[in-house]
Amino acid sequence: MKTRILNLIKIALKAIVLNKMRTLLTMLGIIIGVASVIAMLAIGEGSKQSIRDEISSMGSNMINIRPGADMRGGVRMNPSEMQSLKLKDYEALKEEASLLAYVTPQVSGSGQSINGANNWPTSIYGVNPEYLDIKIWDLQDGSMFTNAEVRSAAKVAVIGQTVAENLFTNGEDPIGKMIRFNSIPFKIIGVLSEKGESNFGQDQDDVILAPYTTVQKRILAIDYIQTIVASAISEEDAQGAVDEISTILRKQHDISGNEDDDFNVFSMDELISTFSSTSEMLTVLLVAIASISLLIGGIGIMNIMYVSVKERTREIGLRMSVGAKGADILLQFLIEAILISVTGGLIGVILGFTATLFIKGVLGWPTIITSYSVIVSFLVCAVTGIFFGWYPARKASALDPITALRYE
Amino acid sequence: MAKTIIKIDDLKREFRMGDEIVHALKGVSLDIYEGEFVTIMGSSGSGKSTMLNILGCLDSPTSGSYHIDGVSVDSLNRNELATIRNEKIGFIFQSYNLLPRTTAIENVELPLIYNNKISSEERHRRAVAALEMVGLGERLNHTPAQLSGGQQQRVAIARSLVNDPVIILADEATGNLDTRTSYEIMSLFQELNRKGKTIAFVTHEPDIAEFSGRTVILKDGHIIKDEINTDINDAARELAALPKEDHE
Repeated sequence: MKTRILNLIKIALKAIVLNKMRTLLTMLGIIIGVASVIAMLAIGEGSKQSIRDEISSMGSNMINIRPGADMRGGVRMNPSEMQSLKLKDYEALKEEASLLAYVTPQVSGSGQSINGANNWPTSIYGVNPEYLDIKIWDLQDGSMFTNAEVRSAAKVAVIGQTVAENLFTNGEDPIGKMIRFNSIPFKIIGVLSEKGESNFGQDQDDVILAPYTTVQKRILAIDYIQTIVASAISEEDAQGAVDEISTILRKQHDISGNEDDDFNVFSMDELISTFSSTSEMLTVLLVAIASISLLIGGIGIMNIMYVSVKERTREIGLRMSVGAKGADILLQFLIEAILISVTGGLIGVILGFTATLFIKGVLGWPTIITSYSVIVSFLVCAVTGIFFGWYPARKASALDPITALRYE
Repeated sequence: MAKTIIKIDDLKREFRMGDEIVHALKGVSLDIYEGEFVTIMGSSGSGKSTMLNILGCLDSPTSGSYHIDGVSVDSLNRNELATIRNEKIGFIFQSYNLLPRTTAIENVELPLIYNNKISSEERHRRAVAALEMVGLGERLNHTPAQLSGGQQQRVAIARSLVNDPVIILADEATGNLDTRTSYEIMSLFQELNRKGKTIAFVTHEPDIAEFSGRTVILKDGHIIKDEINTDINDAARELAALPKEDHE
């Protein structure tokens, strides 16, 4: 059996070598198909991953709760002016929500920060210490304010890198210094590590963090909260946490039945899926186009095998007359088809890798070659060879030796 | 008494052509013994090709029995018939049927490729021996395009010998060749026959039949004549008697 297969492989190889140009042209369809499937998937996967990475760096399990959809006498309100989120909502979430790891109220205002002769326009965020856990943010220096300082509305602040650079231009240590924000003095107790630009182009380091109680009372003079920021205990629980928050807040706000929520809950997951669904759609489109070329490659193989069988009808008759069985003929042509498609597939994989490296190197697009794209396209190739080679091979093996021998 | 190589008994073969049934063979009985050189003659439509196809296990009779080398082939399936062809029969065709762009040695090796019992070394050795036997020991690596018609037919003869068959079946083997080359080929057949090969040779040329030891004539699906040729013509002598040509 082994020698038989080996002999048939030799025969098939010989036929391929004898028709080099034709074989190469036949392979071309498969080569282009496989190479483009690999390259397209690499581009798609690369852009998806880069979006995911950027969004995750903002805090992967983060959930934002904002007031919204509140109608007062038919006038839609600007969400930041709405006062529907209260401190007791935050307390309820902290008490009742089981899927939330961290929760903080957030109030923010913008203004001028001043340190002696230096001043800098920035934003102040009033939060509690859990904010850093939610944002996955570290301190470079000093410490975060405590819950006790939140309770006492202490005038302490933690500043971002951009603020530190602009207020302390001669490189002195900001820790322990007093700065003013909108003429309210704050004592700096910590400096945040660098976070960089967000993917929406916002400088995340241009910020001052202070206890929310302080910001509410001293800066904004409000008693409601603008946003509640929370994080789910895990990425998988993010959706569950969103539902849980809705339930708790509807109860808090006495919203019953099919009335609309007066708040909005956004999870990072939704943001990720919004962004990646766009790139995913693009990937599907690209892969669909590439698959069509793979299919056309397969049809090319069938076409050539068909011609080959017709052209070699007499040869088939001769082989049968000297003792080749139907199975020998079938295998011979099938092996030929598989050799063409698998060789084409191999060249296609190499070309796909080269093209991907080229795209990464020259165009600078993020690309990731996944092993499954290589395995799948290669398998598709082999299956294409078998599928499209089978019919002509089957036809060849079923020939009547006498008719085949007389075929002109 | 020599061994019976071919034994056919009341062989009938019918073809359906539309509504009509064509009786190509209408009850043919024939024995061929080991070491015989038989020519089968007949005009076209006499059934000789049909008979050769059946003898060559390429076709099965409608009725009647056929034994080759003591094996009944009547009930064999396609694959079993292929094995019989592979091991017991050597075919030679009018148009040589060599694989193009394939060397003489590879062409001769072909039948043995389909015999798993034979190693590639053995295959090569036997192919070389067969080519030497037909006088082409020097042209092992020539492709058909590089060989003359007579040489191509010699390659085909070597191919028919390589599996050491019990019978060689030749179908108009000299039909495409000029007289001189035909005689050369017939001389080779006679030589092979002298070495003990059993040969059945289909032809419609009476002068070719003179080189064989027995002539069977078919007409309209019946054997009308089956006689021993007592006055066998020697192809080598005929060849020498041909007027000299400016050859190669």
